[in-house]
Amino acid sequence: MKPDKLLLIGGSAGSLQVMLSLLTAVGTDLPIPVLVILHRNSAFDSALEELFFTKTALVTKEVEEKEVPAAGTVYLCPPDYHVLVESDRSFSLDYSERVHFSRPSIDVTFKSAADVYGAGTIAVLLSGGNADGADGLAYVKECGGVTIVQDPGSAEVPYMPQQAISRMQPDHILHADDLPIYIRGLATYK
Amino acid sequence: MEFNPIQYEELEQLLTDIYKRYGYDFSEYSKASLQRRIYRLFTLDKFPSFAEFRYRLQTDAQYFRRFVEEITVNVTEMLRDPSFYRALRTTILPVLATYPFIRIWHAGCATGEEVYSMAILLKEAGLLHKSLLYGTDINPLVIEKARKGIFPVSQMQKYSENYIQSGGVKDFSTYYTANYHLAKFDSSLTGRMIFSTHNLVSDFSFNEFQLILCRNVLIYFERDLQSKVFQLFDYSLENFGYLALGSKESLRFSSISDRYKQVGKEKIWRKMHEAG
Repeated sequence: MKPDKLLLIGGSAGSLQVMLSLLTAVGTDLPIPVLVILHRNSAFDSALEELFFTKTALVTKEVEEKEVPAAGTVYLCPPDYHVLVESDRSFSLDYSERVHFSRPSIDVTFKSAADVYGAGTIAVLLSGGNADGADGLAYVKECGGVTIVQDPGSAEVPYMPQQAISRMQPDHILHADDLPIYIRGLATYK
Repeated sequence: MEFNPIQYEELEQLLTDIYKRYGYDFSEYSKASLQRRIYRLFTLDKFPSFAEFRYRLQTDAQYFRRFVEEITVNVTEMLRDPSFYRALRTTILPVLATYPFIRIWHAGCATGEEVYSMAILLKEAGLLHKSLLYGTDINPLVIEKARKGIFPVSQMQKYSENYIQSGGVKDFSTYYTANYHLAKFDSSLTGRMIFSTHNLVSDFSFNEFQLILCRNVLIYFERDLQSKVFQLFDYSLENFGYLALGSKESLRFSSISDRYKQVGKEKIWRKMHEAG
């Protein structure tokens, strides 16, 4: 069955720990797929996958092109590719120009996912040191999706969440510790 | 912020127009990427409405040329994925060395950086004099650039690092002449290259090769088109020839996969039988 919701988590510097605790606390039976857009250095790519795999109870894998996401699985954007979402829900990879010096770019994936999932999009933007994600989050909101920004006060690098908050009005601004329970609620709500 | 004004139905319409008027078939390209590129062009050129964009494309052949140049992805670099090039040096080139004459096809070569990378490898293996490198792309503008072999000097440090990681032991800067912000690559490399436009969707095989490289092109195609392109490559490869794909691409789900064997960990496959 094609999923009707998708949880997107975007972050850069200082977001890895938050992602890991969030995905650990959110439970093993998440009824929707998760797509993680993390700015990463391609030199450490396999280490990252292993880290997600050992630290969280969810099945974690790198996005493969044309793959249709499954509920309860965490997909990581591969280093040096943008990830887009096709109308049949499958992922596609894109090696076009960097956006905000980033590939994968959070803006690119947020926008593409919102085009397909619309109100079923749940987008979370975490700690980071650049402006990627703010435009994408605004677009998710326009499409009727749910937008969540990590409280800059609880972010290791507050610039990215701050940019989003000054660009648009997120539905929720949450302390890192409060993210799991909210997100679980949104993911399981029919 | 505005919604993307180019919805799926409109995209289909536009692609049908283009096919009828110009014969370019984009209908089996991955839509998410295509839509994003088209929307980017639409915004860049400040069209007031989709109807006007569509009209311009139908009536202005010059503008269609710009369309092809802008919607195809032309991002490339020299010696990208150094471990891939290291595998070419250590595993593939020694086999190619046994042939009296080596023909290599870079399909979808964009501005040619990979072709120049390959020429450097061949030169260092002492094989360049008996090799011909064919670089093709759908976009005539990038083919023009590839022929010139002039790349931004700002990239050279990164390319030099890639070169060393790929197993290169010379000084990378001996391969080009820097002039202000441009680096012109040696004519001994360019001399073994042939560049031309070629559309993987509609054009036929034009030679037989021992090695075909098509990296980060198939990710933009839907499954059926991927499958047609694999058939084209299969037809264009000599028996025991090699096919090299991008680091996230695979032959695994294709109809030709049972006759090909992956070589090592990199995305390189060897043709083991002709089609039965």
